[in-house]
Amino acid sequence: MHSRCAEWHADCVAVRVVDHRVCNQESIITDSNDKPVAAITRRGFLGGVALAGASVSLRWHPAAAQQTQAASVHAAPQPVAVKLRVNDVEHALLLDPRVTLLDALRDHLRLTGTKKGCDRGQCGACTVLVNGRRENSCLSFAVMHEGDAITTVEGLAEAGQLGPLQTAFLQHDAFQCGFCTPGQLCSATALLAEARANTVSAASADVRKPPTLPLSDAEIRERMSGNICRCGAYTNIVAAIRDSAGGSREV
Amino acid sequence: MDTFAYVRPQLLDAALAAGADGNAYYIGGGTNLVDLMKGGIARPAQLVDVNHLGLDAVTELPDGGLRIGAAARNSDVANNPVVRERYPLLSQALLAGASPQLRNMATIGGNLLQRTRCDYFVDRGFAHCNKRAPGSGCAAKDGLNRTHAILGASPQCVAVHPSDMSVALLALGASVNVRGRQGERRIAIGDFHRLPGDHPEQDTNLQHGELVTSVDLPKSNFAGHSHYLKIRDRASYAFALVSAAVALDVSGDQINDARIALGGVAHKPWLATDAAQQLIGKSPRDVNANAIGTLAVQGAQPLAHNAYKVQLARNTVARALQAAMASA
Repeated sequence: MHSRCAEWHADCVAVRVVDHRVCNQESIITDSNDKPVAAITRRGFLGGVALAGASVSLRWHPAAAQQTQAASVHAAPQPVAVKLRVNDVEHALLLDPRVTLLDALRDHLRLTGTKKGCDRGQCGACTVLVNGRRENSCLSFAVMHEGDAITTVEGLAEAGQLGPLQTAFLQHDAFQCGFCTPGQLCSATALLAEARANTVSAASADVRKPPTLPLSDAEIRERMSGNICRCGAYTNIVAAIRDSAGGSREV
Repeated sequence: MDTFAYVRPQLLDAALAAGADGNAYYIGGGTNLVDLMKGGIARPAQLVDVNHLGLDAVTELPDGGLRIGAAARNSDVANNPVVRERYPLLSQALLAGASPQLRNMATIGGNLLQRTRCDYFVDRGFAHCNKRAPGSGCAAKDGLNRTHAILGASPQCVAVHPSDMSVALLALGASVNVRGRQGERRIAIGDFHRLPGDHPEQDTNLQHGELVTSVDLPKSNFAGHSHYLKIRDRASYAFALVSAAVALDVSGDQINDARIALGGVAHKPWLATDAAQQLIGKSPRDVNANAIGTLAVQGAQPLAHNAYKVQLARNTVARALQAAMASA
């Protein structure tokens, strides 16, 4: 039985939660009675691993322990029941309200296709479709999605066959490391639907008129600006989307 | 992140009762609030989900105006057919903000209430921020203040308001409808946000527990001649260094009415009243756009690292004005 982190959702394993920002600076290791016994920092953890192989560097952090005990207005986390429909499968979950949609997908449903990049709404790696619309799953709490239909990258292929957009990404080599690709694919899927619905963007010539189709590269770039690619595969991503948009119109 | 209780009322009165609690926050799209919670800047004990109160409609008003529900999403409002046709300035401003994913989540009420992205505010590693910790000082005033205010700042705070939408709403003369347990009130958009003064911890004139329910746009003659221009460090998905919203009512060869608002320059969207006044009664052919731009930034007091913003704001107003005069 692993020790648990008192600052995070109930069933996560403390040594796995090493993002100091979401864990309020420290991950607190608790014993089976939820008493803090030690705290571990991200840096301390990584350093400990580097120095001591598989061992974990633990140290007391009285301030963090005190903060946990003195949480006067912040009550003990009460799990909330939530039903999520993910890739056409309904899941009933019991979640700490602090669990983001992203962490619910990755840590609770083990759908690790959706990536955690910045975890602050700045990179788009976590993009999923919520009721068909693209959203950053890192910036909403899972409990707010009761009854919503979520589509992740795992749900884009139908009957095990890659869709035209996924095929175009392959054909155009629209990635290098691939970390941003699930978000790019979900985002581009929505982009194509939005264009079909005649939505305008900041790159459209006149918002009072329908957008010019097929979308120009400038339009595609603007409409994909919420997805950062650190490898810089943008040229090929734009080509894949352009191709896919053209293909779907010819059908 | 601190623990919090989560409630999802279906009725406005229930939401207002829950929101009256001293440590309660309303949550709409969450794109700013969840980020602030992760950073430990916002520490609600209770989150009141206001997405199920029926506040997301866009409806035409009998006087020719438009009422936009506070829970309507930025993307839906930007692409609403009536907004695109009659208030293209608002569509442009909304589409200039954030990313498609964020616009799909972010609400109109939340956009109004988003907090500054001043580096010293959003990072608890900095001890001195009067907005985050009243009385602690302002690290930005003598720090790296390239993105900070050139107008209306105080010794206590030099942060700027980050919203694009609010700049367009100011140019369009919008009103904000709010509800509290004491009842309903209507706040002119120019009075909604505050200058920092001695209380930079207060971004707006909302009272605790009050909820923005809708934004009203008056009947507009600006649709044919308006323009929103945003200047930023990259082509998209970045906050404004400076932005300008110009709205003109032009008939024949005469400007009948004009409003100019600036973003990225102050603690609130900045109305350039004198500059706009100069345009009224003139023919667009006789307008010196650069002179209007200069007037729009009169009184600017740049900091150590943002003097460039004075010239940039002047040029941004001039370009937006030229585009507004040319459009039809």
